[in-house]
Amino acid sequence: MRTLARELLFPAIAVVAAFIVGGILILLVGDNPIVAYRLLLGSALSWPDGIGYTLFHATPLIFTGLAVLVGFRCGLFNIGAEGQLYMAAFATAWVGITFANLSAWLLVPMCCAAAILMGALWAGIPGVLKAKFGSHEVINTIMMNFIAILLVSYLTQYHYKIPGDPILQTAPIGWGAHVARLGKFIPGLPQRIPLNLAFLLALLSCLLVYLFLWRTKWGYEIRSTGSNPSAAEYGGISVGKQIVLAMAVSGALAGMVGINDVMGYRYRYYDGFSDQYGFTGIAVALLGRNNPVGVIIAALLFAVLQHGGIYVDGFSEHVTKDIVQVLQGIIILFVAGEAFFKYISGRIGFKSTEKI
Amino acid sequence: MRDILTVALIWSTIRTATPLILAALGGMFSERSGVINIALEGKMLAGAFTAAAVTYAADTKLGMGNASPWVGLLAAIAAGVFLALIYAVTCIRFKADQVVSGAAINILMLGIPGFLSGAFFLSSGSTPQLPKEHLIPTTPIVIAFAMVAISWYVMYRTPFGLRLRSVGEKPEAADAAGVSVNAIRYWGVLIAGALAGLGGAYLSIGQSSLFTRNMTAGRGFIALAALIFGKWRPVQTMLACLLFGFTEALSTQMQGAVKLPSGEDIPVQFIQMVPYVLTIVVLAGFIGSSRPPKALGIPYQKEQ
Repeated sequence: MRTLARELLFPAIAVVAAFIVGGILILLVGDNPIVAYRLLLGSALSWPDGIGYTLFHATPLIFTGLAVLVGFRCGLFNIGAEGQLYMAAFATAWVGITFANLSAWLLVPMCCAAAILMGALWAGIPGVLKAKFGSHEVINTIMMNFIAILLVSYLTQYHYKIPGDPILQTAPIGWGAHVARLGKFIPGLPQRIPLNLAFLLALLSCLLVYLFLWRTKWGYEIRSTGSNPSAAEYGGISVGKQIVLAMAVSGALAGMVGINDVMGYRYRYYDGFSDQYGFTGIAVALLGRNNPVGVIIAALLFAVLQHGGIYVDGFSEHVTKDIVQVLQGIIILFVAGEAFFKYISGRIGFKSTEKI
Repeated sequence: MRDILTVALIWSTIRTATPLILAALGGMFSERSGVINIALEGKMLAGAFTAAAVTYAADTKLGMGNASPWVGLLAAIAAGVFLALIYAVTCIRFKADQVVSGAAINILMLGIPGFLSGAFFLSSGSTPQLPKEHLIPTTPIVIAFAMVAISWYVMYRTPFGLRLRSVGEKPEAADAAGVSVNAIRYWGVLIAGALAGLGGAYLSIGQSSLFTRNMTAGRGFIALAALIFGKWRPVQTMLACLLFGFTEALSTQMQGAVKLPSGEDIPVQFIQMVPYVLTIVVLAGFIGSSRPPKALGIPYQKEQ
């Protein structure tokens, strides 16, 4: 418990510091920071809308935060969660449309598998490129983000859009692919709030990631590769294999965002649906100190901000919802200054031979 | 395919390549000194927003008339340098992870322009329209191509260039020879900020007449791709920028699909993909290899 508290101390300081800097910025543009922050943070506490939407917004961030975490633990920077979740969401919708007539018992697992496998595949490619050719995963995942976004936009526009639909989105998925909204089970939570079973899947994934990384041989090998690749190689661990595995697991986690959005929220693929989830995942993992529980806490914080951003936009005179991105950027800068030094010093010896 | 290579398209290629060349050359100074620069995108956004906002303010508030775009241009460079300074302090002084800090700068700059324009212009992320006579559509193009020659000269014919390259390849050796590794890296990162800011300024007060939300639309990353495709060398990087600029010009001009002689369409998305695919291919060494500076991404720790 004491170590957890100590672990949380620095991120808490970083958040408070970011809020102070943000507050100064709000003062500079002529608004009252206390009023703005009350709008930003207070709206998330109302029942059912505030809490329901906050948990809904937290769902994709838990997935992408975990995705970035798994990469980091292997010494990899998966900056490509955004592309992975786009590909995965499209694959989910594709299965849901193509096999629309199947019953839920078959279609739900098939769609989930599509999300997970597509995410794993899209992240696995830069993993293989790094393991085989030494090309840096940061550059390749950035490039693959753009390729993914263009590819799914092409597929939607040319092949899966309902003709005449002015919106760039696919046809709806079959009923059998719908995932229940939590409002169905929780009294008082209306079903119009898109919080769905994927949220529970996200929490379960935190547990699974913990068990995988800290309780299995594969996880041990991934973490050894991350903390000291040359020692891991010397100890008989195939570093290349761990890189590919970690990237695939990372991508699978990012891909599960597709389950939340396609199966539990929109029931179709909607082009450009991601609200920077992949990049916010970086902030979530860093602030959560690459710890699965920390990821949940950080995802909740960013979800609160995201939900509150709408209220700031509506009710404050000068401050816009852009304050959320600003706070997020400052938080990462503060966290990067300290936390990452440890990880990186472990990577120094290995990095000198790779391509960026 | 016949009428693709028109004068209009060549001109448009040069214009789209200009911000890429400026940002990529900036990235080159940073990366050749050993500091990764995925924050080019954020610095370009800073430049684009500052240029448009300051040009507008200089004209309407200070009555500077025709001098205002030049004030805007200088302010954009200053904004790029300021952001680069934050980046440099985190990465060089505090030895933070360069990729993380770069990502932070990019995320920050997705928010700052909207935040400021919401406050000052009561808009949702764009600046007011500038009059045509307050734009500088050609000077940045000249600067960009001149910068290629200047960068080549600085990089390969001056002591500073030699030091910069040695700091990026073998910082220990440079240090032993009496070169201050961190000072050179600061210069590399700050030059990158200035050039990326300038490149961004061209987008808002050169190519168009206002700043719009997320105006760079990934150009900072295309510049990074061009830098890699150009093997971290000025002339090759310029050629890569022209190639990538051509793909952008082509996809804008075609507004949909390019017709092949056989009558088949190439959807615009595939043309836009070209820079990214080429970068992955080159980085993997499938077509000639592209080797980064050896010390890229590694904070320098002086031996005790």
